[in-house]
Amino acid sequence: MLHTFVALVENKPGVLTRVASLFRRLNINITSLTVGESERADVSRMTIVAEAAPDRAHRMMASLYKLENVLEVDDVGRHSAVVRELAMVKVAAGPQTRAHLFELAKVFHARIVDLAPESLMLEITGGASKIEGLVQVLVESNYKILEMARTGRMAMRRGQHTSRVLEALREAPSSQSVLAGKPKQATAG
Amino acid sequence: MKNSGNANQADPAIYRHPTSLTGAETLWASLAGEGVRDVFGYPGGAILPAYDALRKFPIRHILVRHEQGAAHMADGYARASGRVGVAIATSGPGATNLVTGIANAMMDSVPIVCITGQVGSKVLGTDAFQEVDITGITLPITKHNYLVSRTEDIAPTIREAFLIAKSGRPGPVLVDITKDAQQNSAIFDFNAAAPEAYRPHPMLRADAASIREAIELMRTAKRPLILAGHGILQSNAVAQVRALAERTQTPVACTLLGLGAFPASHPLNLGMMGMHGESWVNQAIQQSDLLIACGMRFDDRVTGTLASYAPHAKKIHIEIDPSEINKNVAVDVALIGDLKDVLDAMLPELPAMDTSAWREAIDAMKGDAAVRDIQNLPDDGHLYAAHVMHDLWHATGGNAVIATDVGQHQMWEAQYYKHDHPRTLITSGGAGTMGFALPAAIGAKIACPEKEVWVVAGDGGFQMTASELSTIAQEKIKINIAVINNGYLGMVRQWQERFYDKNYECTPLLSPDFVKLADAHGIAGATARTRGEAVAAIEAARQHEGAFLIDFRVEQEDSVYPMVPAGAALHEMIRRPQSKPRNNPLVETASDA
Repeated sequence: MLHTFVALVENKPGVLTRVASLFRRLNINITSLTVGESERADVSRMTIVAEAAPDRAHRMMASLYKLENVLEVDDVGRHSAVVRELAMVKVAAGPQTRAHLFELAKVFHARIVDLAPESLMLEITGGASKIEGLVQVLVESNYKILEMARTGRMAMRRGQHTSRVLEALREAPSSQSVLAGKPKQATAG
Repeated sequence: MKNSGNANQADPAIYRHPTSLTGAETLWASLAGEGVRDVFGYPGGAILPAYDALRKFPIRHILVRHEQGAAHMADGYARASGRVGVAIATSGPGATNLVTGIANAMMDSVPIVCITGQVGSKVLGTDAFQEVDITGITLPITKHNYLVSRTEDIAPTIREAFLIAKSGRPGPVLVDITKDAQQNSAIFDFNAAAPEAYRPHPMLRADAASIREAIELMRTAKRPLILAGHGILQSNAVAQVRALAERTQTPVACTLLGLGAFPASHPLNLGMMGMHGESWVNQAIQQSDLLIACGMRFDDRVTGTLASYAPHAKKIHIEIDPSEINKNVAVDVALIGDLKDVLDAMLPELPAMDTSAWREAIDAMKGDAAVRDIQNLPDDGHLYAAHVMHDLWHATGGNAVIATDVGQHQMWEAQYYKHDHPRTLITSGGAGTMGFALPAAIGAKIACPEKEVWVVAGDGGFQMTASELSTIAQEKIKINIAVINNGYLGMVRQWQERFYDKNYECTPLLSPDFVKLADAHGIAGATARTRGEAVAAIEAARQHEGAFLIDFRVEQEDSVYPMVPAGAALHEMIRRPQSKPRNNPLVETASDA
């Protein structure tokens, strides 16, 4: 099954390697891994999607926590969560075929972000199935996909808060200061 | 024991008032501040600034002959004393030579800190002379590691490294320090460099409800067993485990690394479990209805095939590392936390248990197992390794610290040397690192100079790190060395005999005359070919002032029994044949040939 973890990690060089190396050592293939800034300048946020047997979730989570740079791990796949992915798709299209693509974009809530004489670029955000749906329609309509880039999944639990967020809410006099961070630095490398 | 050249010239005021120091001075000041008195190392270009500053600090440096030895010495030092061991090496090959020792410490959860020099930060990543990415290389075999390129980061990093090495489930930490970080100066403020409090693993869980569940399982158990592992030593829970066993009258089986955690001579101690464990222990595990696993990880060498492991037993697993829970063996109650704390919470709740019938049943199995006892075999004039272990145990009153290597002698030692005291067996369990014993014993002796320390190694493993004989000579270290010499890579030969149709490919081993080798280092020695000579040599070694090596020429094609073959269930043991072992010519050495 697909496991989805959100890991908050120290924003330091080499942390990504440690996380990736852990999955390699456990012989588990990472389906997607996104890293970026979080609400705190010194903390990066990773969403890790990995394919493994259902009973391996505990070990993956416990092993992630053993990495000194990992602050918090949440098995979001087991909870109600918003999971999103962004894709950019460059499709070969001339003046005759554009109109149909505009229509498709509208149906899929995708945006046309670039238009060239012989191609256009679609940007789509959503769950994996939505993106795959668009790709399938493009292929079945005999459009030539020139390039595609997908970010991999990002996830955030609905409503329910992790222990760290709860702590922040307790400490903060108002919700505004919870989100007040220092100027952003480079993300984990 | 301090080298005269290492007289303390560092002003203790540096710990009270922030002072400008070079990175090299900061390194030693931080180590000394963490309580380090001894380090094991080997100098080289990228670590030279640190060595230049060593004489100013009250730290004894033991010069090794190979960096693998330094890591093993730090390991043996930590296992013997419970203190963090320290190894130091230069960049490049110096650092990579540590790797085997670091992996060994990782597998057995031993707290060591390795310091490596690194090329200057300006040339990092340029394939500079003796540059190697040692933090990358050691990433999966360290608990944590650091690359430090700024002088001001040295003190906080060293302090955090010590905290991480010894906290939670202990393990090795490596700190790689660039040459310029050692050379530059910064303000040294030891107190400000203190790390944040250790962050316990968030998945620890040994709450009252779980403990009640465990107690309930114990209340109804008829055939309970305690499985005693290395965690008992790591957690200093020896007294708690003993109280658990005695109050519930539950027999105790030990893992290899758990030997000594519960007294061998205690009436409730059954002995070692696993592949070469006592037959009655393995049978008892298979018949048990409750296993209480204390600080052990159900390693494949103790379970046999998992499908049929302890099929009737409920399992309580008390363990500090949550990633070990349900890894190999599914358990019924997991108490995830520091063993000592968990047992302290359990002890007042323990139910009264009547295990007399169960213990009698195990005793009956012991009687049956006596046929394999090599001490009942006729004396055919040959020397058996098991006899040597028994005689060594007898001569030392079971009080010596024994560092063993890996292979047949290691198993015989585990079976026949009865360890009554914690931290008296130092052996490479998880990694199975040949060459471990000699350097580990050196580390143990430096840590505990008052203890009698013995190396027990095979002729194969001993030659992997035999260069450390020079270290013994130079540092005048009194340890005794027992080479169990059977002219083969014995354990491999045993597998070839059993599973590869006696095709002894590449296992016969020509060795130097070990006594002459010792003599070349100014170390005394003796050869023992009979049991009488063995007893006399052990006594001679104990009486001799300096280091002493004994070359025990033992039966060549002897095997370790019982043996659980790979893939078999734990109770499906191969037993010692009742016929007399083959007579073989004694070990041939280079000088005899």
